[in-house]
Amino acid sequence: MATVAPLPVRPGRALELGLLVLALALGVGAYALVGLATTDALPADILGYGAGLVALSVGMHLVLRWRAPYADPVILPVVVALNGIGLAMIYRIDSAYEARDRFAGFAERQLTWTAIAMVLAAVVLVVLRDHRTLRRYTYTAMVTGLALLMLPLAPVIGRTINGARIWIHVGPASFQPAELAKIVLAVFFAGYLVTNRDTLALAGPKVLGLQLPRLRDLGPILLAWGVSLALLIFQRDLGTSLLFFGLFVGMLYLATERISWVVIGVGLFVGGAAVAARALPHVASRFNVWLHALEPEVFDANPGSGQLVRGLFGMASGGLFGTGWGQGRPDLVPYAESDFIVASLGEELGLTGLLAILVLYVVLTQRGLRTAIGVRDGFGKLFAGGMAFVVAFQCFVVVGGVTRIIPLTGLTMPFLAYGGSSLLANWIIVALLLRISDSARRPAPAPGRAPDDDTGSAPDVAPAGAAAGPVLPVGDDQETEVLRLGGRE
Amino acid sequence: MNTPLRRLSSVVMVMFLGLMLGATWVQFAQAPALNNDQRNVRTLYREYGNFRGPIVVGGQAIASSVPVDDSFGYQRVYANGPLYAPVTGFYSVVYGREGIERYFNTELNGSADSLFYERLQDLVTGRQTRGASVELTIDPVLQQVAWDALGDQRGAVVALDPTTGAILAMVSKPSYDPNALASHDFAATREAWAALTTDPSQPMANRAIAGNTYPPGSTFKLVTAAAALENGLTADTPVAAPQTLTLPQTSTVLHNFGGSACSPTGAMTLADALRVSCNTAFAQIGVDLGADELRAQAEAFGFDTPLNVPMRVAESHFPEDPDAPQTALSAIGQYEVRVTPLQMAMVAATIGNGGVQMTPYLVQTVRSQDLTVVETAEPVERGRAVSASTAAQLRDMMVSVVENGTGRAARIPGIAVAGKTGTAQTSDDVPPHAWFTAFAPAEAPRIAVAVVVEHGGSMGSEATGGAVAAPIARAVIQAALGGGQ
Repeated sequence: MATVAPLPVRPGRALELGLLVLALALGVGAYALVGLATTDALPADILGYGAGLVALSVGMHLVLRWRAPYADPVILPVVVALNGIGLAMIYRIDSAYEARDRFAGFAERQLTWTAIAMVLAAVVLVVLRDHRTLRRYTYTAMVTGLALLMLPLAPVIGRTINGARIWIHVGPASFQPAELAKIVLAVFFAGYLVTNRDTLALAGPKVLGLQLPRLRDLGPILLAWGVSLALLIFQRDLGTSLLFFGLFVGMLYLATERISWVVIGVGLFVGGAAVAARALPHVASRFNVWLHALEPEVFDANPGSGQLVRGLFGMASGGLFGTGWGQGRPDLVPYAESDFIVASLGEELGLTGLLAILVLYVVLTQRGLRTAIGVRDGFGKLFAGGMAFVVAFQCFVVVGGVTRIIPLTGLTMPFLAYGGSSLLANWIIVALLLRISDSARRPAPAPGRAPDDDTGSAPDVAPAGAAAGPVLPVGDDQETEVLRLGGRE
Repeated sequence: MNTPLRRLSSVVMVMFLGLMLGATWVQFAQAPALNNDQRNVRTLYREYGNFRGPIVVGGQAIASSVPVDDSFGYQRVYANGPLYAPVTGFYSVVYGREGIERYFNTELNGSADSLFYERLQDLVTGRQTRGASVELTIDPVLQQVAWDALGDQRGAVVALDPTTGAILAMVSKPSYDPNALASHDFAATREAWAALTTDPSQPMANRAIAGNTYPPGSTFKLVTAAAALENGLTADTPVAAPQTLTLPQTSTVLHNFGGSACSPTGAMTLADALRVSCNTAFAQIGVDLGADELRAQAEAFGFDTPLNVPMRVAESHFPEDPDAPQTALSAIGQYEVRVTPLQMAMVAATIGNGGVQMTPYLVQTVRSQDLTVVETAEPVERGRAVSASTAAQLRDMMVSVVENGTGRAARIPGIAVAGKTGTAQTSDDVPPHAWFTAFAPAEAPRIAVAVVVEHGGSMGSEATGGAVAAPIARAVIQAALGGGQ
């Protein structure tokens, strides 16, 4: 790519189509291989399945051509590949469950959710013509986000599943509102921080070489901390709490460029978690399981490390190259289709396959961050950066938990794991990133603004940091903001 | 804001590198330890999913793996399960392995060192690794005859080839069906296991080699007689044979069987004492020889020595430090002398083989899936138990036991059978164990047999070794040698 001259801006839609073909081949091929391995025949619905996935993906591609022609060409194929691999693995686990007369039927529902999520993503792309519109709803987003986070605590609709109260049930449908909350809160954080970043960045006392913020500006981070602790205590959900607080601290850092905020944030969270670990048995047991997973008494305890260690057994049996699609025993791990789908993939695709999947996430999140670097307005930068980071952070929390780098939490792997809420939320994130990347890569409309022309094409042709950095002074953000605000009146 | 974004993207890279290292740690560095963790059922499934080699007797598989459509892939099936259960053992997902299934597990599942070359071939040619077949020394005809002859009685029959040590038959009753334990229906397996382990008749005990060891009764007089012959007596040496013997240092009076006199004169030759199984005579011989001589002779026959065939054989035992009355009782196979039927078969076989004991073995050949012989058993001498002349004298004495002594029920026209009866008291209120051990033909034996029938079998308190056990041995010998009725 570096050899492409920075001349005309290439929308990259053809490249996207080419990559989509590869991604679809991967997903549909995996689905076919699962069928061949488990029943010695292609899955009966392979044609319908393949056609459906192709139609959805090509549909998305056409929507992009129509509404966001300059959107990043790599994001969609990567996500389609991940979604397809996830579907194939869930289908494979279904067949294992069926063979043992256990409840199956996850794949069908996941496919339905994929369709709904992709259509919704397309709707977002069509309806939301400019991501800056979202900034108008900064405080609406705050209220909505907090409400979504607190929703599972509501009586009647709130449900406790496996000890964590993070679900709501309305009629037959169940939902994890925290998944949507992370988008809404990212809108709020971006809107709030872009307005208040100067205040928050003001220097306070200097301690041990660290420039601390002013004490009076600690309010927001303390509030966020309080909310995340409340999540930990009342919903007993370490994962959501960690994700929410990580998103806030990450975006605070992006807005203020002050490491001190990160140090304060991490300190607060670790302190809070340490206290929680002493005070709350369910948090304490998570830590105990993490540190002493292989000890027999912890293994046999309930809740114990049984699930975690069975996941490790699965991954270990996969070894370097895996058992192959349909050849392992992922069903021996509880929640193999959702929380532990990473272990299932590690078992059947091996370390090689798992590393390849992680690389897909690296590409996805780096593309997201590059979009943030490329986009001109501060809100867009914060919003895109925040969403890319939250996907990466969620991967870290999930895979880290499964591989025993950090304590296990109840989060699900974006795009791979079974779960409608997660799919829906992450596809909306994709739509938003695509939307922002379109404006980041779109050539500036005013022909007189040469530097912007360069900026617009830069992300497509050179490492993001090289070109985009110098020509996008902080002042540019402010100017955009003013224009934006003016336009609102 | 681009500087923090670039830093953040470095942080994201570091996070993913951490995840990659974590995955590598689990799937590569720790994988061997995790795969060998005993809590890891995958290892079990993998093993059970492989084709396991058959256990073969007389060219027919008595244990084989057949493909089934369940999560394991193969089901272990035992043809004629109860008949061969003491040999095959079982192969259970829930309760592990026993018998040949356990001791030749690596050969049967294909992971043995001796099959390394086969595995290498499989790797190169892409052929699925299959376990080797294990061929036993058991003669299916003798096994069936012994099984039938024992009938519904509790006990065991062991037959050996005296010249090689090959085990020709190993029957234990009551038996069990290993198919019930090999079932992939875990609930049914657990039920069967619970029923078998709580059954007071102990069907899973291999009475031939590793059940509760038995007092040998008069069959132990072979050992006492051997010790006497080795210590200068001959078959014709007159020995004291009183009607009763007051045990030294006690007032306990030892009787002969049925309270009868062994000899009107109160003395008889050693050969006659063995022929009529005279308790008082052998008790006195034992006292005269001393416990150390008796123990040395017993150990020469294999007592108190570990043995695997390949299953672990319970050690037959001669008391540690008996006093004189205990020595007297030990000399006639009472007190704390305990034996396995295999041990008594080995005593007979050793005498038949001219005093040289052959190590018993059960596995003749191991063949890889392409029928190449991987391992084959060679007869191994275990040592000389008695001199050739002692063996010859004992042989003649044993022949007269069958010709016109207590073992007449084992007589086979045209074949010289050498044998010895035993009727072992356990306690006053339960019938004695009936014993018979023999080899034939006496001059050039091809089979040695030991039979024990617990608590007199169908005859109860009226039982003697001659009446209950000898006919069973006779049936087996007859089947082996094809003699007339």
